[in-house]
Amino acid sequence: MLSRLKTITAGMLLAGTMLAQAGPAQAETTMKVVMHSDVKIVDPIWTTAYIVRNHGYMIYDTLFSMDEKGEIKPQMVDTYTESPDKLTYKFTLRDGLLWHDGKPVTSEDCIASIKRWSAKDPVGQKLMTFVDAITADDAKSFTVKLKSPTGLLIFGLGKPSSNVPFMMPKRVAETDPNTQISEFIGSGPFVLKQDEWKPGDKIVYTKFKDYKPRAEPASGLAGGKVAKIDRIEWLAVTDQQQAVNALLAGEIDMIEQPAFDLIPLLKDDSNIKLWNYNPLGLQYTMRFNHTQPPFDNPKVRQAVTYALNQKDFLEATVGNPEYYQVCKAMFVCGSPLASEKGMDGLLESNFKKSQELLKEAGYDGKPVVLLHSTDLQSLTNLGPVAKQLLEKGGFKVDMQSSDWQTVVSRRVRKDPIDKGGWNLMQTSWVSADILNPVMAGFFNASCDKAAFGWPCDAEMEKLRDDFAREPDPAKQKAIAEAVQMRWREVVTHVHLGQYNVPIATRKNITGILTAPAPVFWNVEKK
Amino acid sequence: MPGYILRRLLAAIPVLVIVAVLVFLMLRLTPGDPAAVIAGDNASSEQIALVRNRLGLDQPILAQFTIWAKNLLSGNLGESFFFKKPISELILGRIEPTLSLAFATMLIAICVAIPLGVLAAYKHGSWIDRIVMGFSVLGFSVPVFVIGYMLIYLFAITLGWFPVQGYQPISAGFGGYLQRLVLPSLTLSVIYVALIARMTRASVLEVLNEDYIRTARAKGQVERKILFRHALKNAAVPIVTVVGIGIALLIGGVVVTESVFAIPGLGRLTVDAVLARDYPTIQAVILLFSGIYVGINLLIDLTYSLFDPRIRY
Repeated sequence: MLSRLKTITAGMLLAGTMLAQAGPAQAETTMKVVMHSDVKIVDPIWTTAYIVRNHGYMIYDTLFSMDEKGEIKPQMVDTYTESPDKLTYKFTLRDGLLWHDGKPVTSEDCIASIKRWSAKDPVGQKLMTFVDAITADDAKSFTVKLKSPTGLLIFGLGKPSSNVPFMMPKRVAETDPNTQISEFIGSGPFVLKQDEWKPGDKIVYTKFKDYKPRAEPASGLAGGKVAKIDRIEWLAVTDQQQAVNALLAGEIDMIEQPAFDLIPLLKDDSNIKLWNYNPLGLQYTMRFNHTQPPFDNPKVRQAVTYALNQKDFLEATVGNPEYYQVCKAMFVCGSPLASEKGMDGLLESNFKKSQELLKEAGYDGKPVVLLHSTDLQSLTNLGPVAKQLLEKGGFKVDMQSSDWQTVVSRRVRKDPIDKGGWNLMQTSWVSADILNPVMAGFFNASCDKAAFGWPCDAEMEKLRDDFAREPDPAKQKAIAEAVQMRWREVVTHVHLGQYNVPIATRKNITGILTAPAPVFWNVEKK
Repeated sequence: MPGYILRRLLAAIPVLVIVAVLVFLMLRLTPGDPAAVIAGDNASSEQIALVRNRLGLDQPILAQFTIWAKNLLSGNLGESFFFKKPISELILGRIEPTLSLAFATMLIAICVAIPLGVLAAYKHGSWIDRIVMGFSVLGFSVPVFVIGYMLIYLFAITLGWFPVQGYQPISAGFGGYLQRLVLPSLTLSVIYVALIARMTRASVLEVLNEDYIRTARAKGQVERKILFRHALKNAAVPIVTVVGIGIALLIGGVVVTESVFAIPGLGRLTVDAVLARDYPTIQAVILLFSGIYVGINLLIDLTYSLFDPRIRY
């Protein structure tokens, strides 16, 4: 009886497996990936969410791109010229650029795309204050005329992270920037399979056979975008342990951001490879609400820079020194503007100095409200560390815990503390978003027009304007250092350390590029 | 009977209206601002206000409710703030995995729990009874995700019989569909096996002391017939109630299991919508769940008359 039962069970399982594997013959290569989040939105201009940026890199292309060394290189642009007075730029597109519907990419498409991007992105907004006009010369060429020189034009068009100036067909790019697009046609190396996109389940891309990559080898986000895999599926697996189990079992080929505590499991398996693809990584940050006491007083904010230290935060969140870096450079260690000027004595947990500054500032001991996010693993441990260090530095801290979206909703409220307001919150930035004082949104000190926290400092704004006007990289670095020195006085926010998360793949995956965002051209499955 | 069904359906209308009003108001009162979520980290207050305006969230609550109610009455559940898709389409896309999981779970639970419960009642006080009841306590006590991980470790990772995660629609092949449904259904069924087995044991035990069982035995009926024809049928009403409520609970969202096994069902849609403060989606899904509860309760009540002819409507 038992033997018969076993036979029946085995037969059913075998039949099930065979049926599961049955289907059309598959000569094409398929790569199954678990990204850090599910793709619910597919408009990379409408939102700054990194998963949507990553989606953007799959199906859209950019006029310029950042290479592995951090230099901006032409991508869709074939050639461009700059007038001697640095006020007129002429761009010519490469031959053979096509949208996924087979129509050619035109300069009109690019102009509409630049306009939509610049309405949303902080660098784009700043750039547009320098732009006099953008006009199409012919189907493949367009001209940008500036009111005054700026280093932001080429940098902005090659901006590597959210919002990336992706090119879209004119009819799509003319969508109001505050309304989501409803047609998802790009000219990038992969095509979105709209009929297979199921939010909460998976999103599917296939190789765009008519894509003409640049001749140069791929480097960072620049160079030839050669798609070597026919079909890429991003699966929505929310449970990290399960994603790791699936990778170990060979059901999937890659995890974009495995949890730090599960990395040892992956390291122990000889079939798994870890890629440190983004050395710039991410930066933890603490933001003040400058409109509410006591952080409306710069001395109190300065006290925080003395009370905190980066190592404690990084140890509590990342844990493994292989993946974190104590870095006092505000514009990210390893980037062209990296400098520790003005950082002497700060971020070393000098509690005595912090207490002295609080005394000078007349801090009355009223608890400061720290918004603490509990549902994002990468942020959860920041709150308790901040509370402990600040209390040692003389603050009283009321840590209020909630889910991340509640933090996001509360942080935009300017209400007094007793009416649901806040004093401090913590987050992390992809380093590629904070490489200079214009793109790093937390340096924006334009009062009500600034991002939440609303710092207000005319000198800081002047320096940011100076940076935007300066096309010379050496002089830009000097201005960035001046910004850092000014920051020491006004303390718009505090940087809490740099870290990076490796990509985990099966051993047969090769060609992952070193870049500020995970991209899938050049990747092979052997 | 038709009159009873009509009365019950009419009675469901005020229930659904109350649910709709409560859900709408509670969402607006809870902390959270979809506009702030959408606008992103760099957004100024002005940009957030613009997004709020586009979503219609700057209108008075009454105006927002009126628009939503009017759309609802015309059968339009609205469009998700985030997915940029009609909510009806989102729900339809998620209903197959959820229904499959619910019915497979209940099938396993009924097939295992009812014989176990009847057996435990029949062997009342014996080691079989104690094992069944011990299993029931264990089934209630062990969290569902622990069971899930244990089954995955054993059957997916160690033995390799089933995939670790994922769902395959039935249209893509019945074998794959079934193969991916086994582990999550087994995981979920543990708690329902425990619940239904306990309920069956208690009900059957009560019935086994009735006079008509003694009469059946006196007439020389075989024990199997006594148990399943006389005892179980008369003990069925509370069991059916538990099974019905179980199905409703399973459709209403089995978030942990769906997350552990990466199943794109209604539970995960609800959680995603809540985390993103996607008001229209949350409202529609909760209203749907309320409708399902009302419908299943009605079905349970109607089923009673099948098992107990004394119950008439």
